[in-house]
Amino acid sequence: MSQEPAARQEYNITAYTENQVGLLNRIAIIFSRRKINIESLNVSPSEIEGIHRFNIVIVETEEVVEKLAKQIEKQVEVLKVYYNTNADVIWQEMALYKVPTDVIAEKVLVERLLREHGARAVVIRKDYTVFETTGHREETDNLLNALQPYGLIEFVRSARIAIIKASDGFHRKLSEFERREPSEDVAENEFLNDREAVFTM
Amino acid sequence: MSPQTLAQPAASPAAAPETTSLTGAVATLQALVAEGVDTIFGYPGGAIIPIYDALYDFQPELNHVLVRHEQGGIHAAQGYARSSGRVGVVLATSGPGATNLVTGLADAMIDSTPLVCITGQVFAHLLGTDAFQETDIINITTPVTKWNYQVTNAEEIPEALAKAFYIARSGRPGPVLVDITKNAQMQTFDAPAYERCTHIRSYRPAPVVRKEYIEQAAALINSAKRPFILWGQGVVLGKAEQEFKEFVEKSGIPAAWTILGVGALATGHPLNVGMLGMHGNYGPNVLTNECDVLIAIGMRFDDRVTGRLDKYAKQAQVVHLDIDPTEIDKNVKTTVPVWGDCKETLPLLTALVERKEHPEWLARFNEYTAQEVDAVIREELFPTSEELTMGEVLQQLNEITGGEAVIVSDVGQHQMVACRYALQNQSRSHVTSGGLGTMGFALPAAIGAKFGAPHRPVVAIIGDGGVQMTIQELGTIMQTGVDVKIIILNNEFLGMVRQWQELFHQRRYSFVDIQSPDFVTVAAGYRIAGQRVDDRAELRPALEKMLAHPGSFLLEVMVTKENNIFPMVPQGCSVAEIRLR
Repeated sequence: MSQEPAARQEYNITAYTENQVGLLNRIAIIFSRRKINIESLNVSPSEIEGIHRFNIVIVETEEVVEKLAKQIEKQVEVLKVYYNTNADVIWQEMALYKVPTDVIAEKVLVERLLREHGARAVVIRKDYTVFETTGHREETDNLLNALQPYGLIEFVRSARIAIIKASDGFHRKLSEFERREPSEDVAENEFLNDREAVFTM
Repeated sequence: MSPQTLAQPAASPAAAPETTSLTGAVATLQALVAEGVDTIFGYPGGAIIPIYDALYDFQPELNHVLVRHEQGGIHAAQGYARSSGRVGVVLATSGPGATNLVTGLADAMIDSTPLVCITGQVFAHLLGTDAFQETDIINITTPVTKWNYQVTNAEEIPEALAKAFYIARSGRPGPVLVDITKNAQMQTFDAPAYERCTHIRSYRPAPVVRKEYIEQAAALINSAKRPFILWGQGVVLGKAEQEFKEFVEKSGIPAAWTILGVGALATGHPLNVGMLGMHGNYGPNVLTNECDVLIAIGMRFDDRVTGRLDKYAKQAQVVHLDIDPTEIDKNVKTTVPVWGDCKETLPLLTALVERKEHPEWLARFNEYTAQEVDAVIREELFPTSEELTMGEVLQQLNEITGGEAVIVSDVGQHQMVACRYALQNQSRSHVTSGGLGTMGFALPAAIGAKFGAPHRPVVAIIGDGGVQMTIQELGTIMQTGVDVKIIILNNEFLGMVRQWQELFHQRRYSFVDIQSPDFVTVAAGYRIAGQRVDDRAELRPALEKMLAHPGSFLLEVMVTKENNIFPMVPQGCSVAEIRLR
């Protein structure tokens, strides 16, 4: 047994689901039951009307993520689940920063900081200004750290949203799901496809 | 919430079906009738009164069994489902009625038992107000149901129940709960003709079988020198007993069972080499770590079966047939995954495997059996000691019934004895709580098992601890007149815990010396005949009397107090480290 300890890394889980009250809980408890923390969770419409898309981020080994993905897909109202590393997706998070307006007005350094980080002013009032940035975690973090010394009043960051690079969307898949006699294409277990070495004689 | 939250795109709006004006309560019961339900286990209460009111007019087609506690109701429904192969149905009220179902739901979830539970709920406008007997049963039961749904509008009822039955019985079966608010039960609406559900787009109960995996599995099996089959309840749930037998007989491979797979292949079959797991047979456990190809069929490698996982069958290539893809690679890494319904996959595999015999390999199982007989079984079944053993009660019962009875066992030492020693000639002959280990399961489950298999004798085998957890169901037996034979194997201990305390906790018997009432007198209070036996000479006549008795009978057998169940794979040990004493 010479297995290296499997590496934990960020995985992006994408689930296509029906719009059903209670499904969020059903999916959330798959993680909490195993004492796995959800780093980020976003539920939104998908490219298809009436089908929801969950984006869930966790830090785990691939073996665990695959089991979780299968458990999610097993739920009656879940159509399909994919999991991807950060390299396999285009992802963004959005952050809002509320800072005192006088600080920005007076300190040239702050103005430069905001420019460098590509921050955009959303609201400007006499007493405070709200900036927005969008990007990867470390990008929004960097501006957060930079603004801390200048009287940052409030900070909030959104959940992650991610597009799968290799995906050609869900339209074709959905039409397969709606067929009563499923084709090989949809009936097959994609987790089985990826097996490294199925049996060889 | 609108009905469309439940809906798939409408199937065919073209021909508007004729509608009938109904209350939600009547629609609920009509759905049950349309799904072929004839028996319901339940208990009324405030939030489900409209359904009970409608039930008054559904006699006798919906036989309602009034239980004494909702937990008894759901265990009875489990027993019914397990002995009959049909969906068990439970009615309960909101709040405490609903929460009393939770243990049974968890049990049915882990043991894949198809159930539809219908709970009443407070009026929709009171949801979230802490109304009288309001509880959030949907969220409470989410982890222990395959699917659940709250109905707040009567128009949702037919479709919700159609989905409930379809989901409960298809794919890997499981329990489903539909929570119906009181206003929806009372509401009158125009109901279309009931349509059974046959398709949910997001739900794929059985996959299309992939031939290449069947071919790979067959090639692997054909190349094996020491192949070994492990089968579980999947064979029973797939109603594939015949297909399984043909596979075993053609391939000539020794086969062992998990406790929920028991009886899918008769216990007397020459290739049935016994039970797996912590208290399973000697050979199947030891030889798990010597086989070269392990063929797992409809089983999930529970920790009680595998023992220490990193020392489990590491030498073997593994073929795993299962309908649930989450089971594949969950605990044991598979060489060839055969995802599918074994009713479908087994015949495909049988066609490709070579007809073989494995006499030398089979002889090794028999050698271990001989050792186990000498070390454990002979003394257990034919004791030379003065005190009665649990095993001899099973042996005597086997001799009388010939393996034709439905055995319903509770949880603990007597359960292991019943699983190890009860003869089983046919499938669906042993109902027990496998995954959850629910003490108190057997008495109500036996009631349900009898309703599910009315023409077969049903014998509940229960310990003195477990029977006291649901003893109130003697009232259900009294009122329905259902014929259940009850054997209490009384060792005046919570025996399995005592065994662990003896073996692993220096005999510190912490709170296992449970006292019991006079069970025969208790039974008499419920007008149930009974007898107590503590002498060997009385045992056989008492068992014969019990089985010949018209109606229920309670037989309490006083057995030796500090007997241990062996063999045993101690927790944290490999299956090969199984102990005979």
